[in-house]
Amino acid sequence: MNAKAVLFALLPLAAHAQGFAGLGTAVDGYAIPEAGTPLVFPQDHGPHPLFRIEWWYLTANLSGPDGTPYGIQWTLFRTALAPSGAPEDQAWMGHAALTTRTDHFVAERLALGGTGQAGAEADPFRAWIDEWSFEGDLLGASTIAAQGPAWAYDLALTAQGPLVLQGDRGFSVKSEDGQASTYYSQPFLSVTGTLTLPTGDVPVTGQAWLDREWSSQPLADRQTGWDWFSLSFDTGAKLMAFRLNADDGTSFTSATWIEPDGTPTPFGNGAFQATPLATSEVADRSIPTTWRVTLPARGLDATVTALNPQAWMATSVPYWEGPVTVTGSHRGQGYLEMTGY
Amino acid sequence: MRALLAHWRRHPLQLLTLVLGLALATALWSGVQAINGEARASYDAAAQAVGEGTLDALLPPEGRRVTTAEWVALRRAGWLASPIIEGRLDGTRVLGLDPLTAPQGLGPLAVAEDADLSAFLSPEGALAGRADVLAALPPTVAAARIEAPGAPPGTVVTDLRTAARLLGVSGYDRLVLLPDQPLRRPPLADVAPSLRLQTPGEAADPGALTASFRLNLTAFGLLSFAVGLFIVHGAVGLAFEQRRPAIRTLRALGVPLGTLMLWLVLELTVLAVLAGALGLLGGYLVAAALLPDVAGTLRGLYGADVAGTLAFRPLWALSGLAMALGGTALAAASALRRLATTPLLQAGTRRSGAAYAVRRACRQALAGAALLLLALLIGLAGGGLIGGFATLGALMIGGALLLPLLLDRVLSLGARLSRRALPRFAWADARAELPGLSLALMALLLAMAANVGVSTMVASFRATFTGFLDQRLAAELYVDGVSEADLAPLLPEGARILPIARAPRTLAGLPGQVLTLRDDPTYRENWRFLQSVPGAWDRLAAGEGTLVNEQLFRRARLSLGAPLEVAPGLTLPVLGVYGDYGNPLAEAILPEALFSRSFAQPPEGFGLRVAPAEAAALAARLQAAFPASQVIDQAGLKALSLSIFERTFAVTGALNVLTLAVAGFALLMSLLTLADTRLPQLAPVWALGTRRRTLGRLELIRATGLALLTALAALPLGLALAWVLLAVVNVEAFGWRIPLLLFPLDWLRLLALALLAALLAALWPALRLSRTPPAVLLKVFSDER
Repeated sequence: MNAKAVLFALLPLAAHAQGFAGLGTAVDGYAIPEAGTPLVFPQDHGPHPLFRIEWWYLTANLSGPDGTPYGIQWTLFRTALAPSGAPEDQAWMGHAALTTRTDHFVAERLALGGTGQAGAEADPFRAWIDEWSFEGDLLGASTIAAQGPAWAYDLALTAQGPLVLQGDRGFSVKSEDGQASTYYSQPFLSVTGTLTLPTGDVPVTGQAWLDREWSSQPLADRQTGWDWFSLSFDTGAKLMAFRLNADDGTSFTSATWIEPDGTPTPFGNGAFQATPLATSEVADRSIPTTWRVTLPARGLDATVTALNPQAWMATSVPYWEGPVTVTGSHRGQGYLEMTGY
Repeated sequence: MRALLAHWRRHPLQLLTLVLGLALATALWSGVQAINGEARASYDAAAQAVGEGTLDALLPPEGRRVTTAEWVALRRAGWLASPIIEGRLDGTRVLGLDPLTAPQGLGPLAVAEDADLSAFLSPEGALAGRADVLAALPPTVAAARIEAPGAPPGTVVTDLRTAARLLGVSGYDRLVLLPDQPLRRPPLADVAPSLRLQTPGEAADPGALTASFRLNLTAFGLLSFAVGLFIVHGAVGLAFEQRRPAIRTLRALGVPLGTLMLWLVLELTVLAVLAGALGLLGGYLVAAALLPDVAGTLRGLYGADVAGTLAFRPLWALSGLAMALGGTALAAASALRRLATTPLLQAGTRRSGAAYAVRRACRQALAGAALLLLALLIGLAGGGLIGGFATLGALMIGGALLLPLLLDRVLSLGARLSRRALPRFAWADARAELPGLSLALMALLLAMAANVGVSTMVASFRATFTGFLDQRLAAELYVDGVSEADLAPLLPEGARILPIARAPRTLAGLPGQVLTLRDDPTYRENWRFLQSVPGAWDRLAAGEGTLVNEQLFRRARLSLGAPLEVAPGLTLPVLGVYGDYGNPLAEAILPEALFSRSFAQPPEGFGLRVAPAEAAALAARLQAAFPASQVIDQAGLKALSLSIFERTFAVTGALNVLTLAVAGFALLMSLLTLADTRLPQLAPVWALGTRRRTLGRLELIRATGLALLTALAALPLGLALAWVLLAVVNVEAFGWRIPLLLFPLDWLRLLALALLAALLAALWPALRLSRTPPAVLLKVFSDER
C-alpha cells in the first residue's frame, strides 16, 4: 500500500485533489452539516455514513512513575467511497502513535467496510480497526488499545466531565465561505494504563481528549492545511483552537475556551492567534514545533513546545502530531497537530 | 593495415564465414538466453503478485475455502493477514487481492500504478492486466479494463469483490501473512484452528520447477555456441594461415610484431562486435519465434504463466556481445599465439601443418578419452541436475575431441586396403584434408549427436506418454458439472461410473493432491505399475494402502511398503507406483470409501464406461440433459493431451534443426576455404591424366564419406546423450523416468539429412573444381615455389 493509493482511497471521486488530503473538495451526493442540528447521544458516537468523512480522534498526555512524559494517539478515520451509506462503501483508516521525548512510534491500518474488520457503533460505544479498539462509555469508563510491531498501549479511561460541543452547539465553521463540520469533544478523560515500549512496560497515568468530527467538505478549496491545538491548563480550563491556512498565506482561526466544568465559549475568526517561534527539520521539511499562542479575551499568551519535535506521522497521508507543553501566562500540556507542511 | 585488410578483399568468403559463423553462434546463444530471461521475469512477476516464495500463507482445510469470518477473526486478534482469491476465467488467471490490506507492493494498485482505487471498488469493478491479456478476456466479462504493463503475464489483478463476482466464489483461497506483524498476537491455533500455516518453502514454486527446463535450454544454447565457435576457430585459423606471407613481408619491412598483433586484435574485435550485433538481431528473432512455444511448454508442464511476447533487456544484449567477443578471443588465441611464436622465416608448409595436425589429433583424442572417462565417473557418482549436465558436457566434448583421430585411423585403414592408385590417392587425400575439415566435422558430430539424443528422448517420451494416456484415459466419456445421482438414470444398462475427485494436500512435504479411485476392472485392466507389491489392487480396494505417482515416490524417496500420511490422521503403506507424466504435483490415490471419509470433496467429474458404440449417442444425450456440463469423449481428451505434449517439445525440435543447419554451414565454409588451397595437390593428379570431372566427383564422395563416418560416430554418442537425458536429467528435472526406446528409422532419416547437408556443402566446391580452367591448374606448376 503506498501513500498515493490511500490518498485515492480517501478521495474516491476527486478528480483533482485540492487542499490537504482533498478535504477542500466539493462532493455531490453527501449530507452537509447544518447549523442548529441538535446532537443526540449516544447515537452520535456512532458513524454518520451519509457524510463523506468522519473521525474518532483520541490523544493523551501521560507520565510514568518517575514523571517521564509520554503521549499517545488513537485515531479512526472513516471515508465514504460512495454516498450510499452502505457499510461496503466505507473505507477505514486507523493511525496509532506512541511518543516519548526521543522516540515516535507510528502504525497504520486500512480496511474496507462491510466485513467487520473495522467500524464503529454508538451504543454501546465501540470503534475498532483490526485489534485496535476503543470501547466503553464516553461518560463513564472505557478502554483503548493499539499496537505496532515493537510497541503497544492498553489504557483505561474514566470521564471526569461532560461532552463539549464545539463552535455553535457542535456546528464548527472552518472558513469565511461557510465550510463547516459537526464537532464535539470529550476533553475530560483521566487515564491509567500501561505502555509497552521496546525497553519494557511502563505504568502511566494522565489525561486524554477525544475529538469527534464529521463533515463532507470541511475545508474551503484554497485551504491547504491546519495547525490544531488541544491544551489542558493547570487551572482545569482547556482550549481547543485551530488555525486553517490558505494557499495565499492568509489564515482562518477558531477557538473554544472550556471552563473546568465543561462550559464552552466559542471564539470566531481572529480572536485566537498562533505564531511559529521556531521550526525543526522533520521528514525533510521545516515544521514549526514551538508556537506563541494568544487568546486576549482569556488573557492567554503562552508558548507551546513540542515534547518530541520529530513526531512525524509517516502514514499514507503524512502529518505532524505530538504532545506539547505549555508555558507562559498559562501552564499545562496538550497535543498539537499540523498538516499541509 | 591496408595490407592486412586487403586479405579480406581477396577472400570475401572467409570474411563471410567468420562474421556469419560468429553471428550464428551469438544468435543461438542469445536467442536461448532471451527466452530464459523472459521466462524468469515472468515467474518473478507472477510470484510477486501474490507474494509467493516470500510470504507465509494460511490455507484452508481440504475441501473448503477461508471464510470472511475466519479472516476478520484473525485481523481482530492482531494477525495481519490479507485474503487472496485466485481462479481462471477462460484460461486467464484472475487474482483478487484486498487493496487495503495487501502487503506492500502487492495488489491491484501495486500493479496498476496510476489507477484509482475507486475504479476497483466501484460496482462494476476493474481488471488490471497486460494489453494482450485484457484483449483475450471474453467480452462478456463485465468490468473496466486497466492496462498495466507491470502485471504478471496471463493474469488480471483485481480486488476481492470483483474476483469473487467474476469467478462465482465466496470466501478466499488463502490468506497471506504480512511480514511485519504487531507485537502481541494469540497463537494461530487459538484464532483460526482449522487454517494451516504454509511457509514459502512449502509452496510449489514454479520458478524452481521450471529452472530445470530453463537449464535444459541453456545447455542447448551453450551447445549451439560451441558449434559456432568451431566455425569461428576454423575461419580465424585459416585467415591467419593464409596471411602468413603478407605478415612475413610486413615484418620484413620493419613493422614490429607488437603493432601487427595489435592491428590483428583490433580487426578481430571490430569483426566480433559487428558479428555480435548481427547475432543479437538474429537471437532476438529466434527468441521471438520460439517464445510462444516455450510459453506453451511451461504452461503445459508446470502451470506457470509466461508472457508470449519478448521484452528487450539491455543486460541480455551485453551478455550476447560479451559471448561474441569472448568466443572470438578464444577462437583466435591459438592462431595469435602461433603467429607470435613462429620464427619469422618459417614457411607455413602444408606438410608441417599436417604433421602438426596429426600430433594435435592425438593430443585431442587423449583429452577426449579423459573427458569420456570423466563423464562416466560423474554419471556413476550421480550428483543431481548439475551432475547430469556436467556428464552431458563431458560426453559431448570428449566425443568431439576423439573424432579427428578416429577418422584418421579409418582413413588410413582404407588407404591400406586399397590397391589401385586413384582410390589410394583418394583415401590418402581425404586423410590429408582431415585437419582442415576436422573442426567442421566435429561441429557436425555434435549437432548430429544432439539431434539423435534429443530426438530419441522426445520419441521415447512420446511413446511412453501415449501408452500412459491409453492407460489413464480408459473411460469412453468424461463428464463434469453433474452429480452421480443425476447421471445414473440416463446411463444405458451395464454402464459404469468412475468418479473423479481430488483434494489438494501436502504429501511428504511436497505440494500435491489425493485422488479417489473406485474399485473397477477398468483400472486393473489398464493401469500398469512401475513397481508394486503383490495383490496391490486387492489390498487397495480393502483400504490397506495407497498408490503414489512416480514423482512423489522419487522425490520423497519412498519405497514399497513405506508409510505415507495420505490424509489427516491416516497413514498407509505404499502399495504401488504409477507413471504420471506431465504432472508437476505429488499424487496419492485412496480407495473411494477412505477418500470420502477423509475429504469432503465432491467429485468434479465422472468417467463413464459404456460400450464404445453407444458413446456418441450417450454424449449427445448427456449434453442435452446437462447443457452446463462438459462432455468430452476419450479421443478428444487424448488429442488435447497430445497437442500439449507436441507443443512442449516443439522448441527442442526447432533448436535441433537450427543446430544441424549451423553444422552444415560450417562444413560448407570449410570445404570452400579448403578448395583454393587444394589446387597444388590436385594439379599433379590432373596432370597425370585424371579428368577434372572425376576429381570433382571424388571431392563429392570424400565429403559425403566423411560426413557418413561422422554420422556413424554420432550415433553411439547421441544414444549415450539420450540415456543421460532420460535417466539422469529428466528424473531430476521432472521427477519421472522414461524407458529408453530406440527408433532406427529416425536415425536413418537423420543420416540422410546429414549426408544431404554434406552433399550440398560439397556440391559447390566440387562443381567449381570440375570447371577449373586447365590454365589455372597449369599455373600451379609455374607458381610452385
